[in-house]
Amino acid sequence: MKKIYLGIAILFIYGLYSVGIRHERPIIAAPKLKGIASTSQATIKSKTLQVGPVSRHTYVGASENAYYGNVQVSVTIANHRISSVKFLSYPNTHSTSVFINQQAMPYLQQEAIQAQSSHVSIISGATFTSEAFIQSLQSALNKAQ
Amino acid sequence: MKQTRIIMGMPITIEIRDEDNPLVFETVFDYFRSVDARFSPFKSDSELSQINRGLPKEKWSDEMKEVMELCDQTREITGGYFDIYYEGNIDTSGLVKGWAIDKAAMMLKDLGYNIFFIEAGGDIQVEGDQWEVGIRNPFDVNEIVKVISISGKGVATSGAYIRGDHIYNPIRKSTPIGVSSITVVASDIFEADRFATAAYAMGSAGINFINALPEVEGYMIDGSGLATFTKGFANYVA
Repeated sequence: MKKIYLGIAILFIYGLYSVGIRHERPIIAAPKLKGIASTSQATIKSKTLQVGPVSRHTYVGASENAYYGNVQVSVTIANHRISSVKFLSYPNTHSTSVFINQQAMPYLQQEAIQAQSSHVSIISGATFTSEAFIQSLQSALNKAQ
Repeated sequence: MKQTRIIMGMPITIEIRDEDNPLVFETVFDYFRSVDARFSPFKSDSELSQINRGLPKEKWSDEMKEVMELCDQTREITGGYFDIYYEGNIDTSGLVKGWAIDKAAMMLKDLGYNIFFIEAGGDIQVEGDQWEVGIRNPFDVNEIVKVISISGKGVATSGAYIRGDHIYNPIRKSTPIGVSSITVVASDIFEADRFATAAYAMGSAGINFINALPEVEGYMIDGSGLATFTKGFANYVA
């Protein structure tokens, strides 16, 4: 079960950065890693992460094949916790040059998005298959041990 | 009763409200595992990987033939925006998830279940009750920006949760603010997923494409947080 929870936490964090990137190259800022920082002292594949006396160090994971290209991450460990995960590479595919047809606009409606009650059964959102992310993160964490 | 497994690198959740029978969940999860084994571009022994290494068409499984035909058909319907050929390889991922959820839902119905949902990585099929489905804020994954109430429908969202894309508008000679996410509601998740994938690739024009499809509705959020949606979508809003 621990692995499942951890997996879910990682997927959640992954969603912050990588969702839908099969279509484009997003600009990725230094991530906030609430989820992983809280679940980790980090246990990936049930191994406890033990970092030496160095208080801050960055480890680069292997480049892993994702559905639409390669994913590679680096992990920075500060005070025995993951302080950031950065994407060094991510899939960048599909053309983005698009003919825009605005003719149908009168049949559509518009509104500014607003936060709603979170009392729902299910949430629909974009995801991106994260196996490659997990593998690259795993290899970066292995180096940190 | 609700169960979640991580398969195909994503969380897959099934909730069944008819009756509690733990065994049925594993049957459906096993189906997803078999789909992953066949269609995964990661696994070198998957049928898809074998095809990319030259496995001739005569040796394809019936499932593979079915998916390939659906991919060809979807490419035609979407004017080429749905395309499984990338850098010389075939990748059916843009359609297989929705197709598998749809099959899994049929499997549950055949087993006599009527009130359930199946969700795989944010793509959903709901049956029976009216289910409240939230649409995630593409700028804040902890937030929901729309709630719809639906039954017997599929919902899929395609998008980027980092920032908008860069779409060149050849008519206005400018770069408009791109699409952050597009959510599509259709009669089943197979339709919703394949059209969400294609509509997202179309950029801002994607919502017009959705609008033109009968009984397919959409909610598109652009890079500035402005949502554009079809009239039919408004009817689903809870």
